[in-house]
Order: sequence, then structure tokens, then C-alpha cells
Amino acid sequence: MKKVRYSILGLLGLAMVFIGCNDSGKSNGALSSSAAEKVYVAPGERDTYYAFLSGGYSGNLTVYGLPSGRMFKEIPVFSQFPTSGYGYSEETKPMLNTSFGFVPWDDLHHPDISQTNGELDGRWIFVNGNNTPRLARVSLSTFETEEIIEIPNSAGNHSSSFITENTEYVVAGTRFSVPVPQRDMPINEYKGNFKGALSFVSVAPDNGRLNLEFQVLMPGFNYDLSRPGRAKSHGWFFFSTYNTEEANSLLEVMASQNDKDFIAAVNWMKIEEYVKNGGGTKMAANYAHNVYDEHTHTGTSTMKKEVITVDPTEVPGAIYLLPTPKSPHGCDVDPTGQYIIGSGKLSADITVHSFDKMMAAIEGEKFDGEAYGIPILKFEEVLAGTVKSGGLGPLHTEFDDRGNAYTTFFISSEVVKWNVGTWEVLDRKPTYYSVGHLMIPGGNSRKPFAKYLVAMNKITKDRYLPTGPEMEHSAQIYDISGEKMELLYDFPTHGEPHYAAGCPAELLEPRSKKIYRLDENKHAYVTPSPDQARVERSGNEVHVYMSTIRSHFTPDNIEGIKVGDKVYFHITNHEQDFDVPHGFSIIGQNTSEILVMPGQTKTTLWEPKQVGVWPFYCTDFCSALHQEMQGYVRVSPANSNVELSWSLGE
Amino acid sequence: MKKASILMILGPLFLVGLYVFPLWTIMLGAPQYPDPLGIHIHIDGIRDVNEFDIQNIDGLNHYIGMKTLPKPEDMWEFSTFPIIIGVMVFLGSLIGLLALIGKLKYPWFLGWFLIMSVLGVLGMYDFNAWMVDYGTNLDPNAIMKLANPDGTPMTYKPPLFGHTKMLNFDVTSLPATGAWFMFTGMMLTVVAFFLGRKHQRSKRLFT
Repeated sequence: MKKVRYSILGLLGLAMVFIGCNDSGKSNGALSSSAAEKVYVAPGERDTYYAFLSGGYSGNLTVYGLPSGRMFKEIPVFSQFPTSGYGYSEETKPMLNTSFGFVPWDDLHHPDISQTNGELDGRWIFVNGNNTPRLARVSLSTFETEEIIEIPNSAGNHSSSFITENTEYVVAGTRFSVPVPQRDMPINEYKGNFKGALSFVSVAPDNGRLNLEFQVLMPGFNYDLSRPGRAKSHGWFFFSTYNTEEANSLLEVMASQNDKDFIAAVNWMKIEEYVKNGGGTKMAANYAHNVYDEHTHTGTSTMKKEVITVDPTEVPGAIYLLPTPKSPHGCDVDPTGQYIIGSGKLSADITVHSFDKMMAAIEGEKFDGEAYGIPILKFEEVLAGTVKSGGLGPLHTEFDDRGNAYTTFFISSEVVKWNVGTWEVLDRKPTYYSVGHLMIPGGNSRKPFAKYLVAMNKITKDRYLPTGPEMEHSAQIYDISGEKMELLYDFPTHGEPHYAAGCPAELLEPRSKKIYRLDENKHAYVTPSPDQARVERSGNEVHVYMSTIRSHFTPDNIEGIKVGDKVYFHITNHEQDFDVPHGFSIIGQNTSEILVMPGQTKTTLWEPKQVGVWPFYCTDFCSALHQEMQGYVRVSPANSNVELSWSLGE
Repeated sequence: MKKASILMILGPLFLVGLYVFPLWTIMLGAPQYPDPLGIHIHIDGIRDVNEFDIQNIDGLNHYIGMKTLPKPEDMWEFSTFPIIIGVMVFLGSLIGLLALIGKLKYPWFLGWFLIMSVLGVLGMYDFNAWMVDYGTNLDPNAIMKLANPDGTPMTYKPPLFGHTKMLNFDVTSLPATGAWFMFTGMMLTVVAFFLGRKHQRSKRLFT
């Protein structure tokens, strides 16, 4: 019996040796396989996080899963999108209306998910259009753009679209200062004359409707990025600035002369109160407010004619400037609301300001002069610490829930992890290449979900199979749950992701809509049942009320259309089954196809130019009989008297 | 006898559950339907398991030429069954009540059970006959006309009980909550009968 025991012990010993070997192997070669396991989402399983990556110059927002890096959807926001007909369909054309007319594109930068008490609540995601200043609200139950508001007196809506911690406001700070109001004047009279508008757009708590409440007309600096105060600093908003030199040409040199620019601390609650009490100046303006209604499936555009502007010197104690070295770009606030991180993009160091020290400096009037009547606080009085990073070109910072911060470095191409409080660098990992923003789900809130970090890079070079001179940007996923960051995965993105927002999947999964209810369809041209399908003419306008169900259009034969008519096809999809859209396209259409979701109505305009019999068909492979889902329109000469008629199955 | 009579009053009352819960449920799952479609068969009509399931089942069935699922007004059963169940509940509980006050004897319990069983079997027979008609009486102009390996036209009768594979669908047909209420209620009346008989016999022994 004893012998047996010894031999078992011996075997155990051997096993230990083998396990030991495996362990030592793991730290090197086997690392890649454990990384693979961490990002592998088996067929049929789902990711644990949503990630919404801005599409930059694509004008759209893309939806990804983490940790797999799989793209689920591209949500059209500021750009026409033939895939769904967004911006081409009659219902969505008004969404892209501006004071400059129809602008079918924008540069989408910074998504931010709505919050309650500083925590992600998953109702909406807000995004900004940088070029023709706009803000958009996207529903997180339909994943469609519901609202776009243009920002007047602004240009380059870059320090946007960040929200306050109860989604009271979404801000839109201008990157380019401009004459306010716009007027014909020499460019070189910029200094002292141009203004930088910081716009505060309120969000209605029940339906998310946006309203431009007031604009603070700041000195003509460039307002780059911004973050809300949270918890103790709730009520404040922080904007980084560059070009406090107010140069109007060769900015790369002229705007890099001051050793320090500013982070502007704006007490929006104070200004809100000032405006509520009748403060501010009503200024004539002209800006578009576009709203898409989920039940009429239709967007409407209204031009607004007035805005309240606020002169910052009129509200003493509302705005202070915090000197921040080296043209700060990122301006980030930690989850406690105590620290404001300014990343001087030409620097090696990261500057951290303290909210408490800022309040004390204001109290003690520790000023270092003023700029256009706005007090500048003494740098030393507000400085909490400096992170001696060892990197170069810090840009953006996100946070975990364990007291650490993660900052991207564009020039040295890396992510650096550091401790909030001791300012000590804890870890660094390379990115591929030249990282811009980074995103930790909830990393810009009181409650980060700090398992993964996504780094979004500006340069791709050799990361993927080459595709000619133009390539999609690369992104990397890191596991940040341990002491050291671990690079897990690398995936191409779409357009140019600037910032991103992420949240746990369970926040959105249950409320994602599967269909639109046909019985709630309030579209002006709905076909509520196939027996109400018809064709109506008024002058040269023809309205086709058409319904679809697997696998036919009602009607599918139409006669009596003439050259020169404007034919509006109003397609109502009668499916009430998840993921059964029908498409519609017709030969010679000068717009795009439309993709109609179950229960939805969409309209496409067709202007027939040639006599003949022209087919239309369903563009979405909807069913086994999809190929049969087609029809004909007979187009007669303009002076013909072929009577209007329509039919199905006759 | 008191205990038996109370059981006899309660048993038929369980059948009231049929007015709330479905008698039978048929589920249809397929690769494209990871969340299966389904119908609940109630005594007064057919209802969706999830909203729009009936519409979607009808939509799919039109390919193979099946008729749409019947609305309550399309079948006499859906207006008659609730009345029959109501009458049987009333009669059953009445028997129990009369037994409690000594006006009736326990064999009536079994009588009620047997009548209910016969009605149940007839109901099942009727249900099955409808499914045969539904699954085999197909539109001659159906989009898809499929044949069995032996050349006979394929039919689509759902199983009365259990699982069948029909084309891409897995069809499962099982009694639902209402049926279990009915089963429990009917079993209680059987128990009532035996308790009644036992009581009667012991009474005879002692007298």
C-alpha cells in the first residue's frame, strides 16, 4: 500500500514539473493563443460590449462588438447612404438640410452615450459633424439618426458632442473662431475680432429633443476638445484651447508660440441661471433643426431664426482659464470629477489640474492676469501634478475603475497607463501606428467598465494585406483587466474613427427594436393594407401607394405613367417579422434604392425620361421567391392618353 | 365522503383554467427562426406565442399552399368548446355539491369523468381531423409543390403529439398549461371516486 502511495506522489511530482514547463512557456510563445481565446467569440455567441466608432470623413457611425472587433452596422448620420436610401429617400432628405442647403456629408468625430448620474444609460448616442457644424442624436433602440441640429455662429464643431452627467446638455464648441455674426471683413483682422462660440444644446429627458439654449461667445481661440465635470465638478465644463495667439495663417508655427494655452473652465449652471433670469442677447440667426419621427417614418426640417448669446464678461465667476502647456488637445476628467487632464500635444508630459485647487484659487483670487476680461488662474495654484510619461505627443485619456488612467501618445505611438494621484507610469504598450483617441467602455463616465481598451490609429501602413495607397485605419484591442496591458487583437475600421463610445451589451440588447409596428405607422403615404394599394395622379405628380410582403409588390403592373412625370413610390413593408426588409429600385432611378424595414414606409422619387416598359425589383434577398419579386411600369409619351391603371395577379 | 365530495367540487373547477391557458402549443423552429414561431390553441381560438407569429406562419405557409390559420369565427369549435367546458364544470361541481349534502352517491363522480373523457377524445379527434385537412388540403396552385420520395405529394399535417421534421422546420406539438389543468382536474375526480368508494366500503364494514 505504501509503495502505491509513493508512486502516486511521484506521478504528482512529475505532473508538477510538466505544469511548470507549460507555465513558463505561456509567458512567451503561448501568449498569442491565450490572446486568441480572449477575443474569440464562437459562432452563435455574442460579444459582451458594444463599441460605436465614429466614421470621421465617412460621416457615419459604425457599430462594433468587443472583444471580437466584428462590425455589425454602419449608421448613416451626416452622409447619404445608398445602402438604406438615407439622404436619398424623400423622408430622410430633410435630415441633411442646413442653412447652406442640402449638405450630404460631414466629418463625424466624437460619439458620447447618454448618461444618468454620470453613468451610461444607453438611451441615445450623440455625435458631432465637424465641417458644417451640426449635432446629431441617434436612437439606441432603432440605431437610426433621429435628430440633427445645426450650430450657428460656429465653424468646425470639434469640442463636441460631449454631454453633462445627466444628459442635461450636449455641447458644441467651435474649433475655428469666426466673425460673429458672419460678415465680410479682412482675414488679418482676426485677432480681437473673431469669436469662439461654445454652444449648449439641451436634451429633453423624455424624448431627447435638442434645443440650442445659449452660446457663450468666447475670445477667438480654437476650442479643441471638452469634457463635463462629474460628481463634485458637475455643473462645470472644461474646454481645451490652442491658438491663443489668435493667428490666422501658418498656424503650425504661429499658433505654437505660447508656452501655455488654456483649458477654459465654464460654469454652465451659472450661465444657465443667468439666461433663465433673462440674461444674454437675442441674436438673429438661421440654422436648421431636423427631426425624424419613428412613427411617421419621416424627417422634417425647420429653420430656426434666433439664438441667445452670452458675453462671458457679463457673468462674473462663470468662466476661468487654466494655463496648460504646449497646445493641449485632449481635455479629460477622471471618474471622481477631481482631476482635469490636459494633454499638451507637443509635450512629453501630461498636465493634471485639480478641481479642488481650482476652486480654492478662485476663492483666493490667485489670478495671473486676464484674457479679454476672463480671469487666468495661476498655473501653480491649479496644478495637481505632472505625469512624466517618457512618451511624446499625448492626446487623449480614458480611465478604469481602479484609479488608473490611460493616455495615448501620437508621436511615440503608444498607450501609457499611469496612476491617478501618484502620477507614476505603470505600463506602456505600442500601438500600430500613431494612435489618436482611445476608448474604454464607460471610460468617460463615473463608472468605467474597464476590461478592454480600444486604440484607434491614424496610420495603418503594413498591418493588413495591402489595398493600394488608400487603406482603412487600424485599431487595437488591449486587455486592461490585469496590471499590465495585453495586446489582444488588431482590426481595420471604417472611415477615420476619431473617438468611440462603448457600453456593456446587456444595456442595449434587450431594447433593440426588431420591427416597426405596422399598426403604429403614421406615414402620410402609408398603404395600411394591400387592398388600399393604388396609384394617384395630380398634374405630373404620381403617387404610388405600394405594399410589399414575401414575395410580391402590390401593385406590380402600373400603366399610364408619362415621360416627365415625377413618380413617388411610397413603399410600405407589411412584414412583421424580424430581419425581413424589402428593397425597391427601378431602372434609371436618379437617387438610390430604398431598404424598407418591416412595418416601415419609405419613398423614392423616379422621373422617367424614356418611353418604354421598365422593370422594378426587390433589392434585398428576402425569400426563396425573391427573384420573382419584381414588376413593370409602362411609360408612355408625355401627350399620351393611356389611362392610369394598376394591378396584381391579373 | 366529505373529502371526496370536496375533491369532486374542486376537480371540475380546474377546467376553468382552459379559459385562460392554452390547451395545446405548436412550435415551429428553423435555421432562419432561432426564436421559433408558435401558436397556442385555446378552446376559443388560436393565438400567437409571440406577437405576429400567426401572420408569419401564414406568410410562410402560403408558399406550400396551406390555408391561413382559422380565426375564431371560422370554426364552430371555438364557439362551442367554451360552452361545453362551462356546462361540464357546472355539472361536475354540482355533482360534488349534491354528494356533499348526501343527495348523490360517488358513482356519479366516475360518470362525470367518463363523459368528460369521451368529450376529450372527441375533441382530440376533431383537432386531429382539422390538422389533417389543414396539412393536406393544399392549394393546387401552390408556389412550391413538393413530393415525397415515393412520388406522392408532400403534406404538412403537424403532429398531434411530439415532434416532426417538416421541410426546414422542426415542428413540436405538446399539451400546454390548460391541458395540464384539465388533466389535474379530471384526475381529482377519479381520486374523488375512489375516496368515495373507500368511504362507502368502510361504512359498510362498520354497520
